[in-house]
Amino acid sequence: MTQPSASAITPQIVADHGFSPEEYERVLHAMGREPNITELGIFSVMWSEHCSYKSSRLHLKKLPTTGPQVICGPGENAGVVDIGDGQAAIFKMESHNHPSYIEPYQGAATGVGGILRDVFTMGARPIANLNALRFGRPDHPRMRHLISGVVSGIGGYGNCVGVPTVGGEVNFHPAYDGNILVNAMTVGIADTDKIFYSAASGVGNPIVYVGSKTGRDGIHGATMASADFGEDSEAKRPTVQVGDPFTEKLLIEACLELMASDAIVAIQDMGAAGLTSSSVEMASKGGVGIELDMDAVPCRETGMTPYEMMLSESQERMLMVLKPGREDFAEAIFRKWELDFAVIGRVTETGHMVLTWQGETVADIPLAPLADEAPLYDRPHVPTPKRAPLADVPESGGVGADLLRLMASPDIASRRWIWEQYDHMVGADTVQRPGGDAAVVRVHGTPKGLAMTTDCTPRYCFADPVEGGRQAVAEAWRNLTAVGATPLAVTNCLNFANPQRPEIMGQIVGCLEGMSEACIALDFPIVSGNVSLYNESKATGGGSAILPTPAIGAIGLLADWTKSATIAFKSAGETIALIGETRGHLGQSLWLREIAGREDGPPPPVDLATERANGDMVRTLIQSGAVSAVHDVSDGGLLVAIAEMALAGNIGAELTLLDGAGPAFGEDQARYLVTLPAGVPLPEGATAIGVTGGESVAGVPLADLRTAHEGFFPTLMGRAALG
Amino acid sequence: MKSAVIVFPGSNCDRDLAVAIRDVTGVAPVMVWHRETALPEGIDLIGVPGGFSYGDYLRSGAMAARSPIMRAVADAAGRGARVLGVCNGFQVLTEAGLLPGALMRNAGISFVCRDVALTVANTDSAFTRLYDAGETITVPVAHHDGNYTADPETLDRLEGEGRVAFRYAGAVNGSARDIAGVLNEAGNVLGLMPHPERMIEAAHGRSDGRRLFEGLVESVAA
Repeated sequence: MTQPSASAITPQIVADHGFSPEEYERVLHAMGREPNITELGIFSVMWSEHCSYKSSRLHLKKLPTTGPQVICGPGENAGVVDIGDGQAAIFKMESHNHPSYIEPYQGAATGVGGILRDVFTMGARPIANLNALRFGRPDHPRMRHLISGVVSGIGGYGNCVGVPTVGGEVNFHPAYDGNILVNAMTVGIADTDKIFYSAASGVGNPIVYVGSKTGRDGIHGATMASADFGEDSEAKRPTVQVGDPFTEKLLIEACLELMASDAIVAIQDMGAAGLTSSSVEMASKGGVGIELDMDAVPCRETGMTPYEMMLSESQERMLMVLKPGREDFAEAIFRKWELDFAVIGRVTETGHMVLTWQGETVADIPLAPLADEAPLYDRPHVPTPKRAPLADVPESGGVGADLLRLMASPDIASRRWIWEQYDHMVGADTVQRPGGDAAVVRVHGTPKGLAMTTDCTPRYCFADPVEGGRQAVAEAWRNLTAVGATPLAVTNCLNFANPQRPEIMGQIVGCLEGMSEACIALDFPIVSGNVSLYNESKATGGGSAILPTPAIGAIGLLADWTKSATIAFKSAGETIALIGETRGHLGQSLWLREIAGREDGPPPPVDLATERANGDMVRTLIQSGAVSAVHDVSDGGLLVAIAEMALAGNIGAELTLLDGAGPAFGEDQARYLVTLPAGVPLPEGATAIGVTGGESVAGVPLADLRTAHEGFFPTLMGRAALG
Repeated sequence: MKSAVIVFPGSNCDRDLAVAIRDVTGVAPVMVWHRETALPEGIDLIGVPGGFSYGDYLRSGAMAARSPIMRAVADAAGRGARVLGVCNGFQVLTEAGLLPGALMRNAGISFVCRDVALTVANTDSAFTRLYDAGETITVPVAHHDGNYTADPETLDRLEGEGRVAFRYAGAVNGSARDIAGVLNEAGNVLGLMPHPERMIEAAHGRSDGRRLFEGLVESVAA
């Protein structure tokens, strides 16, 4: 792409940059004149949905973001919470949906790379990755290619950088046929007195570029992620970036080495919208100006224009403001790690972003208007109609047979095929591996453990966004509780379809309302997150919207990781007790969908006071050592949860009180299963529902359950064509 | 015991290996950057860690094998120092010619990370002396290129000379004759794909890898 002259800004170019005519009027007002193409490009990415949150910002303000544990909430690269002893956990989750559908390996890989940078930018050593994935119908012709590409992309990146991938979740639904979701989360640890922020300061301070060179890849990625897919998604392949995890590993080590000194004033990774968003955000946050010499930007290709350099989304790059005189010291570290290092500009007092190239000023943007004039929409929204209670509920033809089918169903089947492709142990601190309620990673060199999980039940959110929003938060809180952790805080990835449709905007508003309520009730603030809109596609026919998917990532703290609970039955003859009430709610349950073939009714209601009371009770039981196994009850209900505990421990269960579909497979919330060793009395309010032992569950041999549970992915993917 | 762990660009199990050596020996190893040309005087044990040195570009271990420090590693091995190459470290040692054979892409194509059962095939070496002959231990693997191969004569010689240290007890990656770890002719250089450093304490679920390090301590003291 060459650099058109300033006079070449036609209505077509304006439209190609994703601006409505009204938005372009705002650009003219902000600039006070007609922009040139470089300036227009910068406005286009900064005002894209992805960077500006223009459709969601009004509603995001309602989320609770504070608490005694919060050191830094939303607005920085990642959220920061206190974990005691002068240490902080830094974490965030981010989407890479659009690129992953177009080019699954690189899309997923660079999603991992991007979220890692968000975390180590703040001074943390990444200690774990998680993910939340949504795919379409397993038998969709493209799906095996997408699954295989996404899983190998996540593994290929995380395994190489040496950060264990310890957990995640996967759902399948036809609504994702044309728009899969790839949400990646990273958790890191830093000292509380060594946390780095992004606000530039100090007029005259050098602005330094480090990492990889800038190429032409990913130009307009943020703009692409801010529109529906048309029928030409293949043609967008060149806007997907290519990841280099080896360079990222070097960048982590080099940045952490430099961070051990006092040379850095501010630092920001170049993520979506690359050099543009990093430089604009650093300057805006600091209330200063910035001057960049585009001739000094390390480029991979010759002949790159400032427009291309500013909009490139080449990976593994960072921007820093250094203290004056520390350039040589910093450069030596980056050279040792064989990375590019270039002083490309300086902090100014002008309040403008000024770019020079080949002796000319090629852009001069006033930063305050760029931020202040950014569009903000209160888009019309209509609430999702309430679902009528289930009528004509069919009865189970036999709970054992239904259990066997559920265990093999796509949303419940074992995810081993996925997580065995991820190095989930590197670091030698993964004390609870994938397959349980939450992963637990030891805080290196301490007795502390961090529990982590990702959760959302999109079918609940679709049927009732408010209830689904509550449930996503409650389930994450429950999963952390079930391993014995005290839940600390939340990150989220808000994946929705086109917000310009009032019913979709209604889903967004509803989910946020439910999430907000749950976060407040559970003292579980949201400290970071990202929004991914326009997840709908005409590519597969029908303008299909995804299910509303406000994925929650959450962490909790264990003072002593040895006191964490696992789901596996430990020995025969122990009482199996249920904490929480079973009403047999089958609306939106997996049993109803998989066995009765219906996606009907309202989702199970979430009573946040009960959630809290039951969870606090379970955590106390775990910490006092009274229970030998714990599992939260979620997808598939009670009998599926028992079967999972039985398979994990290779011990069966003798059960009472499970007559019929409702008691066995209802998805009532706020429930946990625990096992009680001999001599431990039944906790008050708990119900004994059986005893561990034998080699079957509900009359189905464990061997058959295991074959069903482990078989789904290998059978589906065994025939997968790679690439 | 005086030990060192080599750090290449892209090593990512260097800390894990150093922690294991420190925990078992009581002394932290010296971390040696790949551009160094010398190892500490009187070195007893050199760890070549797992990871993705140079991103596995070209071939796993190929570029790291040509790092300046590898000449010093070869010299030390020639003088009898113990050299332990784990995972990518095993790949580096084969590429450096310190061990025979090569490690190809897993037969199943995919990266594999899980606990595997290993049979201890040699109990005479410094690394394996505390295991029982034929004993089955559990140690995790995490690799993409762990499929051991060598020509039939080499494999026969390795087996005949008792230089196969560990075998997989089941199918893992397609390795010739289920070989998981091999020794050099003198028995002081071991390369293995499984990660003993990830199985040394209660936090790891088992500690089957610990005796490998304890055996090294004993052999140096002996």
